[in-house]
Amino acid sequence: MDKYELRIITWTGILLVIFLVSVLRGVSKYATDLPECIPYDASFTAPRISQLDDSTYQVFMLAQMWSFEPDEIYLPVGAEVDFYLSAKDVVHGFHIAGKGVNMMAVPGGINKTTTKFKEPGIYPIVCHEYCGSGHQHMKAEIIVNYPKEN
Amino acid sequence: MKFNIDKGFKRILLLLLSVPLVLLSLGIYHGLMQTLYRSGMISQRTFAALDYYQGLTLHGVINAIVLTSFFAVAFGHACMSYYLNMKVRNSVAWLSAGLMIAGTLMASWAMLAGEASVLYTFYPPLKAHPAFYIGTALLVVGTWVAYFDWVTMYIRWKRKNKLVKTPLPVIGTLVNFTMWFVCSIPAAYELLVMLLPWSLGIVETINVPLARTLFWFFGHALVYFWLLPVYVMYYAMLPSLAGGKLYSDNAGRLVFFLFLIFSIPVGVHHQFGEPSITRGMKLVQSILTFGVAVPSFITAFTIAASLEYASWRRGFRGGNYFGWMLRLPYFDKERYLFSYLITGLILFIFGGLTGLVNASYTLNSMVHNTAWLPGHFHMTVAGPVFLGIIGMSLYMLERISGKTIRLKRLAVVVPHLWMFGILIFSTGLMAGGLRGEPRRTNLGLSYLNPESPLFRPDWVLTTGMAVVGGVIMFAAAGLFFIVLIDLLLVKKTETSHLEFPAYEVLHDEPRVGILDNFRPWLVIMGMVIALAYIPVFRDIANLTGPGAKPYHPENPVPLELFEQPNEEIK
Repeated sequence: MDKYELRIITWTGILLVIFLVSVLRGVSKYATDLPECIPYDASFTAPRISQLDDSTYQVFMLAQMWSFEPDEIYLPVGAEVDFYLSAKDVVHGFHIAGKGVNMMAVPGGINKTTTKFKEPGIYPIVCHEYCGSGHQHMKAEIIVNYPKEN
Repeated sequence: MKFNIDKGFKRILLLLLSVPLVLLSLGIYHGLMQTLYRSGMISQRTFAALDYYQGLTLHGVINAIVLTSFFAVAFGHACMSYYLNMKVRNSVAWLSAGLMIAGTLMASWAMLAGEASVLYTFYPPLKAHPAFYIGTALLVVGTWVAYFDWVTMYIRWKRKNKLVKTPLPVIGTLVNFTMWFVCSIPAAYELLVMLLPWSLGIVETINVPLARTLFWFFGHALVYFWLLPVYVMYYAMLPSLAGGKLYSDNAGRLVFFLFLIFSIPVGVHHQFGEPSITRGMKLVQSILTFGVAVPSFITAFTIAASLEYASWRRGFRGGNYFGWMLRLPYFDKERYLFSYLITGLILFIFGGLTGLVNASYTLNSMVHNTAWLPGHFHMTVAGPVFLGIIGMSLYMLERISGKTIRLKRLAVVVPHLWMFGILIFSTGLMAGGLRGEPRRTNLGLSYLNPESPLFRPDWVLTTGMAVVGGVIMFAAAGLFFIVLIDLLLVKKTETSHLEFPAYEVLHDEPRVGILDNFRPWLVIMGMVIALAYIPVFRDIANLTGPGAKPYHPENPVPLELFEQPNEEIK
């Protein structure tokens, strides 16, 4: 191994360590993490919205061919939501662009993530996993204090 | 050195190289069509008798599985016989080719008949015709047969040449197929033990998280199976094509063996968003994926150093750090293969870096399953892999058929035009992905249809860019087919033979035992896979609920109900 090779190996090592540290720092600083998986229990698969207190909600989302249930979720600004995701028939996706909410709905599995809606607006939910011929029509949205109803 | 080939071997190679090239016309046609569907220029389910998702399945299976496997076997046959100066057993090669072609025909029938619009990842509970599963399995088993013969060749050669360095392309080929064999065992299990009986109705339900995990055990190693033949070209051929020598041969050996370790225990990074696998194992496999960056960085250095050396030999006299890049024969029509390899390499820089984003644990949540992903992997599989495959196919076809191409200038234009197209196409897809465009979706029916309530004006520009790139790529592929068809019309001037660009090494170091011995690496490979995957399978066993019944992609009613002759349910 010549000196140039040694140098490139060192740089590679340093670069990868920087990457890894950034990844871990991102997790702690922004309090984001990958979805949490929960042991399967049928009670999670009943679609519903429940309010725990003023700003804390639970949304039990069921994805099916080719719709989400519930498909309209009204929230106040600043609401913190636990999404529990399951699939009724085939595999679906669940993506809220810009929020880092990105989960798979897999039959036989329960997925969970938490996110906070600080800005008012309409957040469309897109199914991003092919789920049959009606895949592109799956529609749901989260309406955060807009139009002002709450 | 010319390696003369007999008639039987010639026919096998011609068959293995031309079958996927013929099918490629269909795969590329639907590549273009998809960009049109996605942009809303075609706002319908089907066009010219091909459904969007049917065409997407054809595009994926033909371009990413059929083309790559056939080429890897043809190129493997050529490398093993050429560099070991031994003959491949034609009978075994025929058996392998026969299985692969039979499998391809079965799967193609199922896809063209519209019985398998489940995409190449065949995620259950969407169900395809059993012929699709059997066909894919036969294709994989056919590649194993070729591999088994190469292993016996290598053992025979090694017995006679104990202290001779195994040629680097042989190491590359054997590492690639060893990794492929190991990773395709779970895929074969998924196909034959889980999906097939379930699709035939013998078994009622399927464990979906398990099936997906078995697929991705295979699925990420699959991308290295596409890539490693091209790595063989980069290490063994690109330096001398550029007019230089390979900087270090031991670096190449180390890189291939590192791929043996890191290719498989990283598959879970495709499943970061899924239930049934806990975060701890996702982080472990994320870190292991960074391990793959090590051989990539070694390659980046070694190949750049080799090319810089070539540049000095071509008259570069220093001055600035990057001036050597201007002295390379990018447009030399007498060595078109260089153009194919270098353009692929340029794309691979971006493909590799975007791949690091995907592997980066929570960062993956920003891009998972969005159009960013096809943007990334078109700069790998449709970059170095595709360009290396078509360039080398042309190069080998010339020599195997004893002919020389006439349209040399055109052959040089193809890769440059393709690279230009990909850069636009992938930029469009990745920018769209960051704005939330989903992948694998017929966007033109809803999100890009101004009459739909789902219409997304912010995706118009990015899907339009993908069309521009797609049209340019389609044109480049068209020119390639013209060069190829013209080759058919040329008269034969030489005997059939195999010949590759000379393999020369700048720092010719002595043989290092550990870099010429598969055993220690295989042991480490087995241990790392066990450590990375046993906890994952345990998670799935503990966290997963009931299995799933089969569904047809066209119908939200379970298959068992709508297949019954009950009009009410229908």
